[in-house]
Amino acid sequence: METTRLIIVAVGGQGNLLASKVLGEAALLAGVPVRMSEIHGMAQRGGVVESAMVFGDAESSIISDGEADILLGFEPAETLRAIKRCNKTTQVITNTAPVPPFTVAVGLGTYPDVEEIKQLIQAKTAGLVAIDAMSLAREAGSPMSVNIVLLGALVQTGALGFDRDVVEEAIRRRVKPAFLDVNLKAFDLGFKAAAGV
Amino acid sequence: MHKLLQDLPGEKIMLLGNEAIARGAVEAGVAFATTYPGTPSSEISLNLFQMSQESDLYFEYSTNEKVALEVAAAAANSGLRTFCMMKHVGLNVAADPLMTLAYVGVTAGMVILTADDPAMFSSQNEQDNRYYAKFGNLPMMEPSSVAEAKDMIKDAFELSESLKQPVLLRTTTRINHSNAFVTFGEIKPRNTKGRFEKDPHRCVTVPAVSRGLHVKVLEKMKNAARLSDTSSYNFVQGQGPLGVITNGVSFYYAADAVKDLGLTDRAKILRLGFSNPLPRKMIADFLKGCEKVLVVEEGEPFMEEAVKAIAQEQGITISIKGKSDDLFSRLFEYDPAMVREKMAAFFNVPYTPKPSVDTSDIPEIPMRPPNLCSGCSHRATFYEVKQAAKDMDVICPNDIGCYTLGFLPPLSMGDFVICMGSSVSSSCGFSKATDQKVVSFIGDSTFFHSGITGLVNAVFNNHNFTLVILENDITAMTGHQPHPGVDMDRFGLSGYGRVNIEKLVRAVGVEHVSIIKPFKVQKSIDVIKEALAFKGVSVIISQEPCALYAKSLKLKKIRPFMVSDKCVDHRDCITTIACPSFYLDKDNRVAIDANTCVGCAVCAQICPENAIRPLKQ
Repeated sequence: METTRLIIVAVGGQGNLLASKVLGEAALLAGVPVRMSEIHGMAQRGGVVESAMVFGDAESSIISDGEADILLGFEPAETLRAIKRCNKTTQVITNTAPVPPFTVAVGLGTYPDVEEIKQLIQAKTAGLVAIDAMSLAREAGSPMSVNIVLLGALVQTGALGFDRDVVEEAIRRRVKPAFLDVNLKAFDLGFKAAAGV
Repeated sequence: MHKLLQDLPGEKIMLLGNEAIARGAVEAGVAFATTYPGTPSSEISLNLFQMSQESDLYFEYSTNEKVALEVAAAAANSGLRTFCMMKHVGLNVAADPLMTLAYVGVTAGMVILTADDPAMFSSQNEQDNRYYAKFGNLPMMEPSSVAEAKDMIKDAFELSESLKQPVLLRTTTRINHSNAFVTFGEIKPRNTKGRFEKDPHRCVTVPAVSRGLHVKVLEKMKNAARLSDTSSYNFVQGQGPLGVITNGVSFYYAADAVKDLGLTDRAKILRLGFSNPLPRKMIADFLKGCEKVLVVEEGEPFMEEAVKAIAQEQGITISIKGKSDDLFSRLFEYDPAMVREKMAAFFNVPYTPKPSVDTSDIPEIPMRPPNLCSGCSHRATFYEVKQAAKDMDVICPNDIGCYTLGFLPPLSMGDFVICMGSSVSSSCGFSKATDQKVVSFIGDSTFFHSGITGLVNAVFNNHNFTLVILENDITAMTGHQPHPGVDMDRFGLSGYGRVNIEKLVRAVGVEHVSIIKPFKVQKSIDVIKEALAFKGVSVIISQEPCALYAKSLKLKKIRPFMVSDKCVDHRDCITTIACPSFYLDKDNRVAIDANTCVGCAVCAQICPENAIRPLKQ
């Protein structure tokens, strides 16, 4: 089986770990071997959360620089920061709604221009799908569903090879019943937005 | 029912490494478990704690790792299968009982888990705890994957019981914090009723007894060495004249590298999962069939040095390399591409790494360092101490917890941190060695862990400093575990006591004790000034629940604040207290994010214009 390596980067609290668990569950449903590794630790205090997922026939669970087949970014500057994990065949999917780090508020840094971020990623990788996942999440009914909007966009690109009904079933299994409708709508909005890009 | 208590053998489920380890312990029939929380081990205990509420498993959060191990040692010598878990530096705290418990041994299976943290994702150092196994004469096992970790712990209990020795189980962050599919096994019935059979010639380690025990522990390790040489956890994969010796997560990086480099018919891998004592005969046999050998292990050259020594004894002169200037480093963790590259270089096979994208034209991306949360009371306390000590030459020893982040600008409070509890004892030293004023900080959990002994020392030796105990009602850094000062009724749990820090500090003999509520800014500054003026040991207890914890338990009504038109933009709020709820809006003016503001009102109290007001909802 082909090996597909997916990196997910996000800011603590954006739901990266739930998103990767949904994809893991989808892999289980699809009969695809998967290994996952996550870095959090101090992320609860505003840092970056990263998950690595290796689908298919490989034994290791982390992804080296240059070796990601797909990069899924929940925050545009974090997507750009993770660009070293990509190569020229990598498919990138990113949220365009910034979550500025506090260093910017205290004047210790400047947030890069989102249009420039998009152009840079576009020029260096095989393709970029950039959507305002925050607006779509609000439209779905909760700003907390940014993660699932982005999963919708990821599945639409086909880069992962999962059918949307498998991922929707995984969402049903992993998301609390009270939030299920919002998340299924978020998934659909993300899927459609990526198709329109 | 807790998902890890389900009696569904054969069920396939995705688990975090730490969940798989907890499940493995339950399948092994563990009856007694103790810990002090520490990342990357924290979720093991979280799950065992939850399971203990639904079953007859005994679990406790102990005050520190030494206590946890001593409590566990008694249970394991009363016939109960016992599990004691901690992070790598925690084993340093427990090292004292560990070394002697190895002599005494156990009567039922006992596994001590050390969660090492290569690359220091959440730790103060990168120590390699395989040396504790060697140092202490303890058998050690090391899994390479999440699924193996679950099964290995069961065999570690069996091994411990057969040798009557505690067994060290060493994981690394990439096991603890990886997710994988795991198949449930059967749950062995728990024996929860123990009995201690007196055996003073084994259990009372006076010198005359210990002399005999040292002899015995070496015999036990001889038996362990025989078991290691035949253990299924030590195995050879593949065949050929090129040899790789590896352990832990590196095994899979090496296995992928062999495949990717097209070496499947030329290279064989010796994976060591029962890693102390090393299987010397197996290693010697492996070396005899090799032209050259690469040792792939994160951390220190633990196996490499042993393998070279075995080769010398056997008269084998092949090239054996691992950590050297042109191969692997003793620093940080490994990754698959690094292992592939070093293996290709050592075995002289062509390899072109996949080129990463060119990042030379990427603009500078602002850093996203961890930060004290919105409405964190530590921020207020740091600010107030800073104001109270404004014109003083002051040293601020700090400790291990969320508040360690106080060292970051603009608060910049925290001048010296080495380990848990060190703020108090190092203050003793600074106050004697210098004429500077010393104000130190420690969290409540950490105070119970090992701060209290330093405070007793300070009172007895009549030191001169102010200790601020940051009492936020929980162990916050590792994810909200309880400690002896916590009101367990808040969790709806009964049967717990509670230790009052103020009474404790007074009982120790501290004469100047004051309490502040850090969200009352001016009042707190006044009280702190008084404490700083006291000659001798003074303690300030700063009481305010952790903001995240208060939010999750709905302890407080959240009332966000906003910046009104009265703001004249001198930005004292951002430049002095730097709460992450502040941001600059599109007109480059300070604003407050109402979604994250918890309404502590500290910024409102320091704004000279009184421009920060509660948001009308």
